Amino acid sequence: MTVVADLSPELAPKLAVELGLKPSEYDHVVEILGRTPTITELYMYSLMWSEHCSYKHSRKALRMFPTEGPHVLQGPGENAGVIGVGDGWAVAFKMESHNHPSAIEPYQGAATGVGGIIRDIFTMGARPIASLDSLRFGTLDKARQRYLFEGAVAGIGGYGNCIGVPTVGGEVYFEEAYEGNCLINAMSIGLMREEDLMRAVAAGPGNLVLLIGSTTGRDGIGGASVLASQEFDERAEDKRPSVQVGDPFEEKLLIEACLELLRGDLLVALGDLGAAGLTSSASEMASRGGVGLDIDVTKVPQREPNMKPFEIMVSESQERMLAVVEPDKLDAAMAVCAKWGLRSTVIGQVTDTGRFVVREGETVVADMPAATLAHDAPIYDPAMERPAYLDEVAAFDPHTLSHPESPEALAETLLGLLASPNICSRRWIWEQYDHQVMTNTVVLPGGDAAVLRIGDTGRGEMTDRAIAVSSDCNGRYCYLDPYTGAQIALAEAARNVTCAGGEPAAITDCLNFGNPEKPEVFYTFYEAIRGLSDACKAWTIPVISGNVSFYNESFGNPIYPTPTVGLVGVLDHVDQHCTMDFKDEGDVIVLVGESYDELGGSEYLKVEHGLVTGAVPSLDLELEAAVQAAVRDGIRSGLIKSAHDCSEGGIAVALAESCIAGDIGADVHLHDELPAVSSLFGESQSRIVVTCAEDDADALVESLIAAGVPYSVIGTVGGDRLAICERLSVSLDDLRDAYEPTLEALVHGELQSEELHEG
Amino acid sequence: MARYEIFVTYKTGIFDPPGATAERALANLGHEGVESVRIGKYIQLAGDVSFEAVTEMCEKLLANPVIEDFRIETVEE
Repeated sequence: MTVVADLSPELAPKLAVELGLKPSEYDHVVEILGRTPTITELYMYSLMWSEHCSYKHSRKALRMFPTEGPHVLQGPGENAGVIGVGDGWAVAFKMESHNHPSAIEPYQGAATGVGGIIRDIFTMGARPIASLDSLRFGTLDKARQRYLFEGAVAGIGGYGNCIGVPTVGGEVYFEEAYEGNCLINAMSIGLMREEDLMRAVAAGPGNLVLLIGSTTGRDGIGGASVLASQEFDERAEDKRPSVQVGDPFEEKLLIEACLELLRGDLLVALGDLGAAGLTSSASEMASRGGVGLDIDVTKVPQREPNMKPFEIMVSESQERMLAVVEPDKLDAAMAVCAKWGLRSTVIGQVTDTGRFVVREGETVVADMPAATLAHDAPIYDPAMERPAYLDEVAAFDPHTLSHPESPEALAETLLGLLASPNICSRRWIWEQYDHQVMTNTVVLPGGDAAVLRIGDTGRGEMTDRAIAVSSDCNGRYCYLDPYTGAQIALAEAARNVTCAGGEPAAITDCLNFGNPEKPEVFYTFYEAIRGLSDACKAWTIPVISGNVSFYNESFGNPIYPTPTVGLVGVLDHVDQHCTMDFKDEGDVIVLVGESYDELGGSEYLKVEHGLVTGAVPSLDLELEAAVQAAVRDGIRSGLIKSAHDCSEGGIAVALAESCIAGDIGADVHLHDELPAVSSLFGESQSRIVVTCAEDDADALVESLIAAGVPYSVIGTVGGDRLAICERLSVSLDDLRDAYEPTLEALVHGELQSEELHEG
Repeated sequence: MARYEIFVTYKTGIFDPPGATAERALANLGHEGVESVRIGKYIQLAGDVSFEAVTEMCEKLLANPVIEDFRIETVEE
């Protein structure tokens, strides 16, 4: 087979460099092919061997993660991970970043991020049932940050609401470190029967490759200036990078058509077209199946005239799926697509050569071993160097600062924390999202974790089972101590799910870091992965899917290391769930866990003193597990009426949030010997505030003693004030007035965050 | 007082979901021969403002220059 020679041996290495291939990687491509690559081949290799597709800098470190466990049906390596949740039901989930597109166009960037991750879920055969979104921006006193924040939230809501997949949770932080590089991490969760699990493995030479869904345009194709200087490039305008625009209604049709195709057993394989488009989807399917593919780009329905073969192969146009179909099922499969109003086109076939051949009509424009695209990317061992700042921050002693001591000053501090953009009510965000589609959301956004009932409303198959989901990461902790900070991200996600009554089953992660080629950045990455892996192993919580996003830099400085954790937990009985709001007058408040003198990395230090420094709270993996197990037992046995974990802002904020949510006060005595600010606002880990009926208090205490976890009975629910011993007393109205309006006021530019920080 | 008409459309190469949907729906309704439908915004603006000022309004608010093109026409009284 003769391949078109459209690049001279002199020009090819220049184009390779323009496309981001290192000279050694280019040499490897030449070695694989045994000749000068074509333009199309260079584009395909450069994208498949990019960090985004090949994980060439991170792969070795990621091997530390435990990926197997009793629940796991599908670990990493597929479009999404899958766990069994009982009675033959399975849940597919994954989180992915869409940081860089969102920094350019926040609405479409966030919307297509949601669309992309939802496709990964139904590709596995699961019906998407919920999304969570983990967001990071700079501070909202800057107009650009307000624009990004508003746009991203609207984009998530717009796409999710149109497609009918509820957005049930997530998190948002505002820190200067994200000013030049916002983070948009979208997580999708899907439900299926175990037997419907589908994998994207192409097989069966002679089978047909079917492209389903939207047309292919020049979306998301990077401009390469070396090309612009060549004669084969007629119009420079066509080479500018362009933003992807999502179409949720098309994707809704794709969901229904693909699930019907899978249920009808009409497909051999199914994959979605995401990053690197057709190239990535097709080469991964082929290499998993050990087969070859032969594709003709002229068959691909194109949105624009004069598209080059390489453009068609790497286009990131949204809402497209690739399927492999047996010839005798083709008519039936195409009929299903037509029924849903979707375009479907045969663009090639599976071969037994193991080669990925791309044609433009009669001309062969690329011909390479399929597996080399997906698997032969170089694997690097980036240099590591411990950043000097880590020791400086860890040595900082918060007691050298002057702290509020009078009850009035402490009350003001509490109100300042409740109004902090990182703690205040997220109502403004989730009010824009549908969170009750298909009526299976049992616990709505605003609590520790969302709870979703397992079952298929459409088919009338409901169960008593449920899942609880949460996504978490405190980037500030990870900046101060990547190892412990990453563990705390997992601890908090697990604690949140525990507070809802769920048993943590597995996680997905979205690892956002700076440039891995900087030794100090790679050190933080490696340490975060090591910390997360150690905690995952200790708690038997495997990692089943995820994504790495490097090169997140803000004005030359890396963002805070942000290993976002998305956790799914299982509830055997949906009725045994719990919420954070204080329930009834007279209920007894118990703190499970213990408080220490730990102010490092706290929201208090940031809000009151403008500091991000100090040693992060310590985390005892065994104690954390024991506290969570004890609380889950208390929820299952019906003793515990409310549960809320202590995180940013410490126990004072946790108590205030439970008061606000329950619209009732509390009278609390903290029996620690700590300085007032450490006691109230310190962020010691492994602490959960629970309540029970007065008559159940002895039984709850006995169960905590039996479980061997530290606890203290700290007060009772009631009244219209939150009073914490002699330290402070604030009315419920004042708590609410501080907590509720901040975000909306900031978005509308009515409040500058400096004013907040000045209290 | 000056009057302006502003046309905002997706840039060439940017996917236009409403246009694509209308295109398909027209074909479904039996209207043959339609090759392309692009749907955008039409804005009427009146006031004591210069063409340059309107251009800036488009760049800052009325259009999204990342994904949209705009064209301003001055309406003769």
